[in-house]
Amino acid sequence: MTKGRRIYEKIVTGILFSSSTITSLTVILIIVFLFREGIGLFSHTPTEKNYVIAVSKLNTVPVISSNELADIFNQDITNWKQLGGRNDSIIRLTVNDLSSIFTEEELGPNLEFLPAKVNEYVKATPGVILYLSKDQLPPGFVGRVIPVKKITVKDFVGGKHWYPTTEPIPQFGIWPMIVGTLMVTFGAILFALPFGMATAIFMSEVADIRLRNILKPVVELLAGIPSVVYGFFGLVVIVPLIQQLFKLDVGETVLSGSIVLGIMALPTIVTVAEDSLRTTPRALKEASLALGASHWQTLVRVIIPYAKSGISTAIILGIGRAIGETMAVLMVTGNSSNIPTSFLQPTRTIPATIAAELGETPYGGLHFSALFALAIILFLFTIIINLTVEIIKNKSKRA
Amino acid sequence: MTVNTKQLKQKIAFSIFGTMSFIVVAILVIILGFIVIRGIGVINWEFLTAMPRDGMTHGGIFPAIVGTGCLVLGSMIFAFPIGVLSGIYINEYLTESWLKKVIRMMTNNLAGVPSIVFGLFGMALFVNYLKFGDSILAGSLTLGLLALPVVIRLTEEALKTVDDNLRLGSYALGASKIQTIQKVVLPVAFPNIMTGLILSIGRVSGETAPILFTVAAYFLPRLPHSISDQVMALPYHLYVLATSGTNMEESRPMAYGTALVLVSIVLIINVTASILRRRIQKKNRMN
Repeated sequence: MTKGRRIYEKIVTGILFSSSTITSLTVILIIVFLFREGIGLFSHTPTEKNYVIAVSKLNTVPVISSNELADIFNQDITNWKQLGGRNDSIIRLTVNDLSSIFTEEELGPNLEFLPAKVNEYVKATPGVILYLSKDQLPPGFVGRVIPVKKITVKDFVGGKHWYPTTEPIPQFGIWPMIVGTLMVTFGAILFALPFGMATAIFMSEVADIRLRNILKPVVELLAGIPSVVYGFFGLVVIVPLIQQLFKLDVGETVLSGSIVLGIMALPTIVTVAEDSLRTTPRALKEASLALGASHWQTLVRVIIPYAKSGISTAIILGIGRAIGETMAVLMVTGNSSNIPTSFLQPTRTIPATIAAELGETPYGGLHFSALFALAIILFLFTIIINLTVEIIKNKSKRA
Repeated sequence: MTVNTKQLKQKIAFSIFGTMSFIVVAILVIILGFIVIRGIGVINWEFLTAMPRDGMTHGGIFPAIVGTGCLVLGSMIFAFPIGVLSGIYINEYLTESWLKKVIRMMTNNLAGVPSIVFGLFGMALFVNYLKFGDSILAGSLTLGLLALPVVIRLTEEALKTVDDNLRLGSYALGASKIQTIQKVVLPVAFPNIMTGLILSIGRVSGETAPILFTVAAYFLPRLPHSISDQVMALPYHLYVLATSGTNMEESRPMAYGTALVLVSIVLIINVTASILRRRIQKKNRMN
């Protein structure tokens, strides 16, 4: 080999190698960028920028969390005693409320007496909680600015309220979405698993070559239909159907999402399960048949146990397909941020929330970060799913 | 168990499986039939070649068709060479080692990432960090990354079908590894690799979530001028028409038409790929 040739080969090999690193690089970049944007939710105070919460100097509650604030503004908490403070009824107030407490004359024509009145009011009302912007804070403020606790991962994952744009205190609890996502996915698998397994078994064990040649392309075509088309079909056919069938006010429910997602997860389950059923060695099957077992007995006692790991992989990949699906679910589940208690209630999943809200969210705010944090949760789900598949594969290889 | 109950049990079980498989076929037929029947009346020359007008209730979907074309082309320019090259590296160069395991695992992980996460990532990296803005460039790169694992896997599969004796024969004649790949392996695997390319085009052209925040325009009745332009795209256009049009009742027919065009494109692509594959298999069998 000439020297030039050798250099050429080195260069080509280098190019080939660097191409093969791009996927790994992308995975790492995805993690970096999701965290970069999502971390803001946990590192900033969960109030709007430039806004503060003030209480009376007499108030002994040291810090307050955004959940407590929400409870206060929803009047679920009405006395400071409930937060470990003095026995004072909570008086909620924003600066705008002051203009209804005091007359226009008292505030002055250009609100020039407002700061003084704020001080006066706060001094006279030990139970006050005041929400105001930093520049509305009067000079020589007689109250105390109470620090707001940062959102913790626990608040985020376990929080029951998702009101990302509520003033004064937005709420970023994703528990309803986690429940919604899991319910929709569970329903989808409940539907897709029996049909998927039946089709896989039928294709690999029962159907002759002619039937197989019909079924295989059908499954491929089902996999090829874009998710937005499934969503559209769900919206115009399945949603009205469910509404009529169960006499509901709205047909956009967990159930509609499950059916649409179930159809979408079918091809994954059929393909993976069928492949694994086919890998059963011929000798095993024939030995079973030679012992007098029927085809059905062979299937149940020999082929399915042999293909067990492949079948579990099929189920897990089907779950993965369903959890991450965005557009179809967004279009048929009704986008309610309440925790669904039955399959006939509307819900919203994690990916659907991101898709529905990111477009209208200003860059860099808390809401923006919260949506990226949601994506991190979703990403973690899929990593867990992939790792499980990997573990099952390795185990079955060793066995 | 007597022979008869054994047979009966089997018969019942297999007919249940057969019925359920038939239902799966029926689902496909119903979905496609529904879209074809509702959509076919809308399709005419104007629908395919005109701009949308009157709040997207009339006119055509030409810019969305062109937009999807641009995105498919852009993403493939990016994903196809990289995907094929890395498929070659994984299959021809890497032996079973930790490196191969890591690359495999990462590729599988990337394949499992939900499309909406690709959308967010594309927005964070291409649109905001690299300041491409909402553009064909950002959208194509995002879609390209999404297609990359698909291209890699299909390339690997294509290369695996090449008989090892061909490689050994080439080495025996004194050819180097790269010469062998260039002159022997790739020509044999080429048709299968092309099938893979066609399949990934089918995948990319139907994706909505990755383009939501990287390129897709709600309403933009003109053709793109450069790769830093936004475009309309068929899947997103269907989503808009179905859920947030200004006049949903009147834009419904347009939605059916758009769905039919989108489904037709994707299905034609898939069918082409599978015909191609079958032809290759037949040819291989004859050899």
